[in-house]
Amino acid sequence: MSRKTIGWNGKTVKEMLEESEKLIEEKKSYHGIQNLSLKEEDPFRYERAYASLRGALVSARETALHVAASPIVTEIGELCFALYTPEGDSIAVSTGILVHVHTMSEGIKFMIREGYEEDPTINQGDIFLNNDPQCGNVHTTDVQTLIPIFWEDELIGWAGGVTHQIDIGGITPGHTLVSSIQRFDDGAYYTCRKIGSNDKIWRDHMIGAKKSVRSPMYWELDEKCRLAGNLMIRDAVYDFIKREGIEYYKQFMREAIEEGRRIVQERVKERLIPGRYRASSFMDLPMKDQAWVPIAREDKISNHPIEVIVKEDGSFSLSFDGASAGGANAFNCDKGAMEGGQWVLLTQILIYGDKVNDGAYFAVEKDYPLGTWANPGDPYLSYQAPWGNLIPAYTTMMKCISYGLFSRGFREEVVPGYGFTGDSIQGGGVFSAGPLLGERWMLSTFEISGQGLGASAVRDGLNWGYAMWNPEADLGDVETWELFQGGIPYLSRKVKPNTPGHGKFRGGANYGSVAFIANSEKVEFFAGREGLVFHGSGGMHGGYPNATSYRLSGTNTNLEEIFRNKQDYPIDDADPSNGQFERFLKGDIKRLPIGTIYPIALENYDIIHFAESGGPGYGDPLERRVDSIKRDLDDGLYTSDIVNKVYGVVATYDDKSEEWLIDEEATKKRQEDIRNERKDKSMTFEEYWEYERKKLTEGKLYEAVSKMYSESLKLSSKWGKEFREFWKFPEDFQMEVK
Amino acid sequence: MNVDKKTLERMIEGDLKWDELKPIISGRKDQNRFDKIMEILQEKVKWNERILLPLHEHLYIVAKEGERIVKCDCGHEFGDYNVNWKTKCRVRVRDTIEAIDELYPKFMGSDPEWEELREYYCPGCLTLLDVEAAPPGYPTIFNFLPDIDAFYENWLGRSPPDKK
Ligand SMILES: [Zn+2]
Repeated sequence: MSRKTIGWNGKTVKEMLEESEKLIEEKKSYHGIQNLSLKEEDPFRYERAYASLRGALVSARETALHVAASPIVTEIGELCFALYTPEGDSIAVSTGILVHVHTMSEGIKFMIREGYEEDPTINQGDIFLNNDPQCGNVHTTDVQTLIPIFWEDELIGWAGGVTHQIDIGGITPGHTLVSSIQRFDDGAYYTCRKIGSNDKIWRDHMIGAKKSVRSPMYWELDEKCRLAGNLMIRDAVYDFIKREGIEYYKQFMREAIEEGRRIVQERVKERLIPGRYRASSFMDLPMKDQAWVPIAREDKISNHPIEVIVKEDGSFSLSFDGASAGGANAFNCDKGAMEGGQWVLLTQILIYGDKVNDGAYFAVEKDYPLGTWANPGDPYLSYQAPWGNLIPAYTTMMKCISYGLFSRGFREEVVPGYGFTGDSIQGGGVFSAGPLLGERWMLSTFEISGQGLGASAVRDGLNWGYAMWNPEADLGDVETWELFQGGIPYLSRKVKPNTPGHGKFRGGANYGSVAFIANSEKVEFFAGREGLVFHGSGGMHGGYPNATSYRLSGTNTNLEEIFRNKQDYPIDDADPSNGQFERFLKGDIKRLPIGTIYPIALENYDIIHFAESGGPGYGDPLERRVDSIKRDLDDGLYTSDIVNKVYGVVATYDDKSEEWLIDEEATKKRQEDIRNERKDKSMTFEEYWEYERKKLTEGKLYEAVSKMYSESLKLSSKWGKEFREFWKFPEDFQMEVK
Repeated sequence: MNVDKKTLERMIEGDLKWDELKPIISGRKDQNRFDKIMEILQEKVKWNERILLPLHEHLYIVAKEGERIVKCDCGHEFGDYNVNWKTKCRVRVRDTIEAIDELYPKFMGSDPEWEELREYYCPGCLTLLDVEAAPPGYPTIFNFLPDIDAFYENWLGRSPPDKK
């Protein structure tokens, strides 16, 4: 039985998509457009048209999040809306988490390629739900609602909205699960599924969906929020067509995307230098002693080498050739995640402006090699916490672009990276007392939205105010978080010393918090962040990486007694080698050098410390101004012992004036000593090469490190060739794993 | 916006306050920024070779006797810019807990079995030019190899200063 086609001029949408892909391949421009005729003929009308659509998306977002949404959406704006062509290319995107410039697009294309026009059919009023990372999503926790938009009998576009959930019903409570190792642990999966018609979500879907997550009320609110926003966008498109005409709309959307593509090339030519850029970052997965399932019990270090080639025409390519393998862990990334991480950064550091759409996607060539963490090619792995690789891996792109910005003279735009948005506590429990007795509480603190940003080439990094995945980073109100995660009230939050990466300009600083468990039972707690390696690709031009994370908890404590007797309790861990936990508490105090931990069980009056991340530094620390260091000391960002060892600044605290006083003579001498030490403790490059090469041949490497080399050598011929050449190994050299 | 030379000089020195810097960051970029910065840097360095491209806070690609070489502002020469300048540096490897703990509090640095720090110094002035955090045995990273001719000829529409 054949059904009337929904594409233009009697075509199917599948035919339209194929045609569009062919045109960009052959003509190297979107839909083969050579001239932006609408813009050229009447620029005012064109700009007004774009502004009206963009405005409608922003307004849909602002309204929808206040109509109905969970606290994670309302408090910190974890949502985004976009308008697409019938083929699924984004025309305009709202403000918000710009991760999604090119995520929902892949979802729409999936439905088209899979023949959804025939079955389950695409009609006006239909509602589709998607959260499958194999179909353009980042991880299951981001949930997308997509609706087709028809004009008369033709499909003229799609509206899409995405929100980040507080819980998606995975193996443990939380939103970015570290103990997930296969698809079946990732929580509810909706693979581009039709869930409604006639603008109404089907009741059977809602009943089932609410049973699939631990936070059913938030789920329902967020589904309504996304649908409401999409319907507002559809209305705005109809207003547009009534005003400008359908033919104008059809031509306009394609030219807007082609313009988006050209904007990237123009911006690249304005800001960068053609050439080859490279950087590498790493991430540790210390699962050998933690994982529950035998195949996941291994320590792993992920290799994230990037190569960016800026071409003469202003387009550029990006390759993760040499990356290590995916595997039985939660950090695997599929295309949606790779595109998401990339776009949320490119729109901040290079292509910021209102005209961001899939044109930008078409301007960048990419290589996510099959078998690597960046494209494992196995849908049955877990894709629950791709951020574990994305967050460090994309510091490399930021650093590469920063080298170009620096050489071009835009030193104010240089940023070598950012802190890892990962230290906040996750998990949940059940209230064992109080008015909410028996209710579940979920732990998803979005304090992680406030990390330290890297230093630039002209100033220190931003303190506690940056999240790579949300350009409008907002850590929300602690009172609100405390309310929603009721079982874990804060005891303190204060500046944590020594988090910023050292440098002439230091990285952004951050704070630490102490919290305890109250009125609860069945509490589990976990977290994910780097711990055994430094985060990302480190500092730049002599700057150091920011400090790593670690875990500190106290169980079986006497905290109840301390409260009763009004005694001192720990409020920080300023000096981990002489901590307040050990001094003030009786109980089992546990410190781990790792940042990523599997869920641990906690009971009332157990206590934990967690600290957010600083940012990487820029330039030689010996060039940092002494008055800036005095301010760092006065603000508690650094301690005097670190300042002495790294910056060579000698300072003493004056109790009377309550400030740090610098001993200028002693500082001069100390800095001289450091410079001499540099000579004494360094070697020539040739000596270093011999010294370092031995580490690879003597068989003493830690197994996770040799495994990393072994994987990269097997997965990449190019990276492998350069590795072998650099160390003068034979062409068939492979790394043996103990 | 058009940022004047004096302001750019102060910016390079790190002297601009936030209310002066903010408009430079968020405003439209000055189209002749590259030329202004080049002029400032050429006046600032103590040697006479023509700068072709600033590469680093302290390093420049310069034209010297028909070659394009990397040169530190202290005068030390690193040779052909097509070769990674890091391979001409002095290197200190921090691959023990003690050496890493000099810079970071306990628990707040890497585990040297997983990752070490390499500090690359200029052999001339001992300035710290780069810090690499990488697993033991990781090759030295060649961060940036510019295409100088394509930049001048195709993007700026003129010959590179050493090819007039
Ligand atoms: Zn030097």
